[in-house]
Amino acid sequence: MKPLTGHIKADGTPLTLAEYEQLGGYQALRKALRMSPQEVTTEVKNSNLKGRGGAGFNTGMKWSFVPMDDPSAEKYLICNADEMEPGTFKDRWLLEGNPHQLLEGMLIAAYAIQASEGYVFLRYAYKTAAKGIRVALAEAERAGYLGSNILGSGFSLRMHLHTGVGRYMCGEETALLNSLEGKRATPRAKPPFPQVSGLFGKPTIVNNVETFSCVPHIISNGAAWFQSLSKNPQDGGTKIYGVSGKVNRPGAWELPMGITLRELIEEHAGGMRSGYRFRGALPGGASTDFLVEEHLDVPMDYGSVAAAGSRLGTGTVVVLDDRTCPVGFVHNLEHFFAQESCGWCTPCREGLPWTEKILRALENGEGRENDLDLLAMHAQALGPGKTFCALAPGAMEPLQSALNYFRKDFEQHIHEKKCPYGHTLH
Amino acid sequence: MATLFIDNAPYQVKEGKNLLEACLSLGFDLPYFCWHPAMGSVGACRQCAVKSFRDEEDTRGKLVMSCMEPVRDQARISIQDAEAVGFRAGIIEWLMTNHPHDCAVCDEGGSCHLQDMTVMTGHNYRRFRFNKRTYRNQDLGPFLNHEMNRCIHCYRCVRFYKDYAGGKDLDAMGAHNHVYFGRSEDGVLENEFSGNLAEVCPTGVFTDKSLKQHYTRKWDMTHAPSLCQGCAMGCNIIASERYGELRQISSRFNGEVNGYFICDRGRFGYEFVNSEDRIREIGVKGKPEIKDRDSLLRTAAARIREGSVLGIGSPRASLESNFALRKLVGEDNFYHGVADTEFDLVNLTLRILKEGTVRTPTLPEIESADAILILGEDLINTAPRMVLALRQAVRRGPGEALSARMNVPLWQDAAIRQAIQQDKAPLFSITPYPVRQDELATKSLYESPDDISRIGFAIAHAIDPDVTEIKRLSDEERMWTAHMAAVLLRAERPLIISGYGAGSEAVIKSAADVAWALKKSGKDVRLSLTVPECNSMGLAMMGGHRLESALDAVAHGHADTVIILENDLYRRAEKTLVDEFLQKSRHVILLDQVYHQTAEEADVIIPAGTFAEADGTLISGEGRAQRFYQVFVPDGPVQESWRWLQQLAEACGNRTLSHLRILDDFVLEIAKTCPQFEGIEHIAPPSDFRIGAQKIARQPHRYSGRTAKEAHIQVSERKPPSDEDSPLSFTMEGYHGIPPSAVVPFFWAPGWNSIQSINKYQIEVGGPLHDGDPGRRLIEPGDAHTPVFFAEQAAPFPIRPDCLYLIPQYAIFGTEEFSVHSPGIASRSPAAAITVARADADSWGLRDGDLLEFQFNGQEYKLAIQTNQQYPRGMGTLPIGLKGVPFMDLPGWIRLKPVERS
Repeated sequence: MKPLTGHIKADGTPLTLAEYEQLGGYQALRKALRMSPQEVTTEVKNSNLKGRGGAGFNTGMKWSFVPMDDPSAEKYLICNADEMEPGTFKDRWLLEGNPHQLLEGMLIAAYAIQASEGYVFLRYAYKTAAKGIRVALAEAERAGYLGSNILGSGFSLRMHLHTGVGRYMCGEETALLNSLEGKRATPRAKPPFPQVSGLFGKPTIVNNVETFSCVPHIISNGAAWFQSLSKNPQDGGTKIYGVSGKVNRPGAWELPMGITLRELIEEHAGGMRSGYRFRGALPGGASTDFLVEEHLDVPMDYGSVAAAGSRLGTGTVVVLDDRTCPVGFVHNLEHFFAQESCGWCTPCREGLPWTEKILRALENGEGRENDLDLLAMHAQALGPGKTFCALAPGAMEPLQSALNYFRKDFEQHIHEKKCPYGHTLH
Repeated sequence: MATLFIDNAPYQVKEGKNLLEACLSLGFDLPYFCWHPAMGSVGACRQCAVKSFRDEEDTRGKLVMSCMEPVRDQARISIQDAEAVGFRAGIIEWLMTNHPHDCAVCDEGGSCHLQDMTVMTGHNYRRFRFNKRTYRNQDLGPFLNHEMNRCIHCYRCVRFYKDYAGGKDLDAMGAHNHVYFGRSEDGVLENEFSGNLAEVCPTGVFTDKSLKQHYTRKWDMTHAPSLCQGCAMGCNIIASERYGELRQISSRFNGEVNGYFICDRGRFGYEFVNSEDRIREIGVKGKPEIKDRDSLLRTAAARIREGSVLGIGSPRASLESNFALRKLVGEDNFYHGVADTEFDLVNLTLRILKEGTVRTPTLPEIESADAILILGEDLINTAPRMVLALRQAVRRGPGEALSARMNVPLWQDAAIRQAIQQDKAPLFSITPYPVRQDELATKSLYESPDDISRIGFAIAHAIDPDVTEIKRLSDEERMWTAHMAAVLLRAERPLIISGYGAGSEAVIKSAADVAWALKKSGKDVRLSLTVPECNSMGLAMMGGHRLESALDAVAHGHADTVIILENDLYRRAEKTLVDEFLQKSRHVILLDQVYHQTAEEADVIIPAGTFAEADGTLISGEGRAQRFYQVFVPDGPVQESWRWLQQLAEACGNRTLSHLRILDDFVLEIAKTCPQFEGIEHIAPPSDFRIGAQKIARQPHRYSGRTAKEAHIQVSERKPPSDEDSPLSFTMEGYHGIPPSAVVPFFWAPGWNSIQSINKYQIEVGGPLHDGDPGRRLIEPGDAHTPVFFAEQAAPFPIRPDCLYLIPQYAIFGTEEFSVHSPGIASRSPAAAITVARADADSWGLRDGDLLEFQFNGQEYKLAIQTNQQYPRGMGTLPIGLKGVPFMDLPGWIRLKPVERS
C-alpha cells in the first residue's frame, strides 16, 4: 500500500484537481466536515500518526492541545514545508507530485482545530512545488474546497503560500512562526507552546508535509486501517524513506513503517555501488547519530531506532562508505549547521563554528592532540537542554557518534598530519 | 514563600520569581548576561545554568537555565555542581573566542560586566586557536560609541532599545556567529533613551561618547549621589569627576523615581559644567580688581545696604538657595523668577495636588496604571522618563492577563511580548499636535488647548454628573468622551496626566476634575501634573510673588538693588520688559553658573556652584524631596548660592542667616520654619552621620594617582578638601560598604565592578534599595476631603482671521537652558520655526521655510514656519527656549502681518 505516493505520476507532474478528485480526492474532507472537530482529532490520535518532521510526536495529541473553548478565537494552521535537512528530500516528492493531497490534509486538520487561516511555509528553493501549490490553491478555491462556507458546512478557511528565504532554522516550528510574522527566525521559549500562543500570539498547529498528507487517508479509511499499514502498531502508517550516498539507486520510497535499514539499503536502494563498502549511515537526516553495520537489522520506526542510539528523524538515510572520509563527512555537516545557527544562544552560535574549524583543521592536517577532547566537550556541552532549541543537539548527533564509531580515523588525521583519504578543505 | 534548596541548604524565597532572581537576591554570585531585572528573561546567553534535581534521591540532575525556571516550593538546585560550574565557564570560553581582549583600551574596562562574569566563572585559559571574527563599527551620533568586535550577542541592546524603549533604528541583523547589532546604516540613534545602552550593554560595544572626550576609569573618578536637573522628574544620577572636570553622568537606581534608566538629556546634558561659558570668577562692573570673596562680599553688601532690595528666585536653584535669598531680602521682596503664565500654572498645579483628593504616582504606579488619559501634554519633551514608564504600563495589563491565561510568568519576556503582539491597555492622548506618546495610544486626538479642556471636563461630567455638562460638543467629541469615561470607569488603577505643556490652566483643571470624579466613584486613581524645572515644585511650595510685580516694583522705584538667583530673566519675560527692569535697577547682583544675557547686564556677578559643585534639595513634580551632593570642590571662588547668600547676609549685617552655616542648618531651618517642607531633614543622613566612625568615600578604593596627579604643579600632595555639609568624604578614605540609599556615591561590590552591582544594593534584585528608595513625598492629598470640581464652561476654540493662537512647544534636546551647552544635545535641537496647520499656511500663501511676520504684545517678530497636516486650524506652536527664538509669554494670540504677494 502506498497511499501517499501511489497516485503520483511517473513524470512527477502534479495531479490536477480533476485527476485528484477522480481518485477519490476531497472525499475525506467531505467526510470530516460531517464529523465533529473532536471526532476528527480523536481519529487521527488513534491512528498513531506521528509527526513526520522528525520529532515523532503523536499528531492527534498535538491537535488536542489547542484550546477549543472559545469558538470565535482566531487560530492558525501551518504546514512546515521548509525541507532543508541535508539528505532529506521526501516532502518535495509529495509537494510536487500531489499538492491537493496536502491541501486536503490541511483542510481536515484546520477543521479539527477550527482554524480560519492556513499557511504553507515552503522552502524557497522548491520553485516547482511553489508553482504546483499555487495552481492547486486556485483550483481548490474555485471548486469551493477553500474559502468561506466550505462545501456548505459553515466552516471557512483561507490558505496562503509563503516562501521562505532559505534558513534551515525555519524548520524549527517556533522560528518558522517568527519568520512568518516578519521577525528574525529565532526560536521561541516553550511554554507557551504554539498550540496555545503561536502565530501572532494565537493558537497554532504546525505539522510537516508528510504528516498532513497522511490525514485524508486516515479519515477515509479509519485509524485501524492506518495502523495496519505499519509493521509496528505504535507508529502508524507508511513512511517515506530515502537513501542517499554511494548506493546503486539513491531515492525515496513509501514503505510500511518499520522495515529494516538493511532492506532499505540493499533492496530498495540496490545495495552499495561496486567498489564501496558500507561503513555507517545517518538514519534520519543530517541531525541523527550514525548507525553502523551492527544496526543494519534495526527496524526503521521511532522506538527501534531510538533504542539503537539514534533517531528515525525524517527517515531519509545518508550512507557513509569506506572511501569517504568520516571527518570530512562530519565537517561538511557541521559547516552547514554552523552556518544555519540563528545566533540566538551562545553554545550554538559560538560552539558550532568552533567544531567546524577543528574539523577543518583535522582535515587539512593541522589537527592537535587535544582536538578530540574539544570535539567531545562540544558534543557534550551542545547537548539537549543546554542550548535554546534542538539545532545544536541535532548537529552534535553525527559528531558524537562519529567520534565513537570512527575514532581511529580522527586520530589518524592528527598523527599523520593529513587526511588519509586525501581530502583537503579551503 | 517557598523553600528552595541550594546546594542542600534550605532558603526561604518568594514564589513567582525565577531561580536566577532568587539566587541573586540571596546574595549568591551567579553569572548572567541576557537577563536584566527590568527586562526579564529570554534564555539566550545560557550563562546562568544551574543543576536542578528532581528530589533528594536524584543525584544526576540536569542543567537548567536559572533565569528561565520559576521558583517551586521544595525545588533542589545546585550552583556548585561540577557540571554546572564547568558549563558556565564554557559559556565564557565561547564568548571569549571572538572577544578582542582589548580591555586595556576599552572604555568599559574596570566597570565591565563581562570582565566580572569572566572572573566569576573562572575561565582563563584560551583553547580557541583560530581567527577571530571582526565587524565594521558605525557612527551612531554624538551620544554613543560603537565597537562591535566586543559584542557577546546577549541581545540586551535590542531588547532595551526596541522592546523596552520603543526605538526603531537599532536591530539585530545577520545570523549564526555573525549577528550584527546596529542601525541599517550609520547615523544618529534616534531614541531619547539611547544612552542607557551604555549601561545595558554588558561590555564595551555601546559606550558613552561624551565620557570618551575626557575618559577616566570608574575607579579613578570621584563620584557623588546626585539629581538630574534637566526636568522635574527628579531622576537620580551619579555624577563623576576627575581633575575638576565633570566626566560622566550615569543612572542611579531609585525604584520609585527612575528605576534603572534615565533619558539622554539627563545623561548627556552635563557638559555646561565644564563649559567655557561658565561663570568661574567674581565680576564687579568697573572694579576688575575685586576678585576675592571678602572684597566681593564687602562691595555687594555696601550696595545692598544702600536702599531697598528685591530678590528673584529660581526654579532651577535648590530649596536652600531660594530659602537663603528669601531670608536675605525678606518674604515680601521675594519673587519667582519664572514667566507669569508658568507661575500661574505651577501654582494651580500645587493647589490641585495639595487640596485635591488624588495623589501623584510613583514610577511603579505609573507602570501599573491600567487606563491612562493624557490631556495636553507632549510628554517626551516635558517629562521624558514618564514616556518610558507609560510604554511599560500599556503592556502591563495585556501581559498580566496573558500570563495568567497561559500560565507563563510575566518575566518570560519574549513569550509574553510574543503573546501580547500589538495589544495594549487603553491610553488616550489628547494633545495640540502629534506627539511621541501617540505610538502608545489606543486613541489620539489633536485639539487646541481650549478644546482639550472641554473634552476633559466632558469626560469628568460623564463620570460624575456633578461636573457641569459641556455645551456644543461635536458628535465625534461626544462619542469619544463617552467612550473614554467608560474605559476609565472600568479600570482599577486609572492614571490622568496633564501639566504645563499646553500652557492652559483649563486643561490642568479638567484633568483634575477627571481624576477627582474617578476618585469619587471609588477608583484608585493617580494624577500626574508635569512642572517645568527641577525645582519648580519646591519654589512654588516656598511661595513668593509673580515676576510681573517685581518688574512693577522696580518700575515704580520701590527697589534699588536686585539680587537674581540662578536665573536668566530674558528667558522669563519679554526682552523690552527685562531691558527696562535691569536698566532701572540701581544695582543688579547675579549669582549664577553660566553666562547668559542677564549676566551681561549685571553689575555684580557671583560664581555659583553647579549641581556638581553644590549640595542641595529639590522637590520633583511628584512632590518628592530629594538631595543632591557636591561631587568636587572647584578651584576659585565658586561655591553654593546658599552659602554665598548666607555670607552676603552676614556682610550686610543681616542676622537672619547667622545661625545657619552648613547644609544641615539650612535643611533643619527650612523644615522647622516652613511646615510644607517638614520631613526634608529625614531624606538623607545628616553631615555627622558615620559608619564605624567613617564618612562615606566618594572615591573608590582603587582611586589612583592621588599623590602624583598634581605633581607638575606642586610635588607634595595638597591637603584634600573636607566636606562639612555631608556625610561623604572627598577622598578614598572612608566607608566602602553599602551606605544608606540616599548617599550612595557609586555602585560597586566585591566581584561586581560594573553598574550591575546594583543587585547587591537592593533588598531583592529589581526591588528597592536596602533601606528604601531615597526621597520623601511631601504632598499627599487629604483622605476625608471631597473636591469642589472646577467644572469650567469654556467655549469652543475660535478660529480668528489674521490671528493665530500660539502655544509653547518644548524639545527634549534644545529647550532646557543648560543642557544645550553639550554639543551633542545642541546638535539634536530642532529648527527654530513656528509650526502651523498646512491648511492655514496654504490660506496665507506660505510654504515650509517661509517667514511669518507677526505682532505679539506690541512687539514685532519674524520667524520661519513649517507646516503639519495634523495640526488643528487656527493654532500654531513655537519651540520656546531654543537658540534664536525670542521669549514670548505664551500661549497667546498673535496678529499676522498681511503677506505681501509678489
